[in-house]
Amino acid sequence: MIPTSYYLILSAILFSMGVLGVLFRRNAIIIFMSVELMLNAGNLAFVAFSRQFGSLDGQTFVFFVMTVAAAEVAVGLALIVAIFRNKQSINIDEIHELKG
Amino acid sequence: MTAQIILFVILGAIAIAAAAGMLLSRNAVYSAVFLIMNFAVVAVFYLMLGAPFIAMVQVAVYAGAIMVLFMFVVMLLGAERLKAATDVSMTYRATAGVLVALLLVVGGAAVLLSVDASAPPVEISGEAAEAYGSPASIGELMFSKYVLPIQAVAFLLLAAMIGAVVLTKDDKPPVNVRAMQVARRGAQRKAALEKQLAEAQAARSDTETSETTEAAA
Repeated sequence: MIPTSYYLILSAILFSMGVLGVLFRRNAIIIFMSVELMLNAGNLAFVAFSRQFGSLDGQTFVFFVMTVAAAEVAVGLALIVAIFRNKQSINIDEIHELKG
Repeated sequence: MTAQIILFVILGAIAIAAAAGMLLSRNAVYSAVFLIMNFAVVAVFYLMLGAPFIAMVQVAVYAGAIMVLFMFVVMLLGAERLKAATDVSMTYRATAGVLVALLLVVGGAAVLLSVDASAPPVEISGEAAEAYGSPASIGELMFSKYVLPIQAVAFLLLAAMIGAVVLTKDDKPPVNVRAMQVARRGAQRKAALEKQLAEAQAARSDTETSETTEAAA
């Protein structure tokens, strides 16, 4: 049986890669994908801890996280479409009207 | 034991490579495909962790529904052909890189130093091991202990659905295409009838003039 810490290290690596994507990419869609990667890394840690403690609560939480991720993607992509209609661009550097 | 660890290392390498491919590819479609690959590998990890239901949900909802939605928007906006990103300043890049490295180190250290994570997993045996991670046992937990969260999630999904519709709705008043078609056809028929009438009148005046000339003769 693989130790839980292996899974947690992998989860930490994937999460950090998601953070890198959010910080470095300028395309709003890629940023959304990076957020999904981070949520997924969190889910992996949840399932690993669920096995660690022999309970199913972690897996139930993963289900909820997936639901929230689906809702977030639906609204987020709708926002991206609305922004693209107005500005013809989804580069986040060109969306700075609120900056003052 | 060792075979499992070799499998874990190979799958982990694929997961990390897929995530890196997602971050590095210039084309948004390739990014989405790499992300699907990463999700599929994570689904295999869920199977290895004794969570078959979550693994199936991962494939169906994440790799299926969510990524299809992403693909739709990428294709709809033509985002795969967007020009290369504007240059970010070097100080920003360096600061962000250092912060992410720090995050990784602190996270890894927290994992390695925590006592719980290095202890062997709780062994479950017999019927409990059989039911562990099955849809039935997760559903039972979901509708007993977590019945309030599941109601909240239901409302969240409803709100997201309405929000997505409202956000993408066109601001312009809806154009009644059928009414426009009917009006255009009516105008065409009116013009045709007027033309016929004018031709008939012209023909009658022609015959009248010919009759008068005959009478005069």
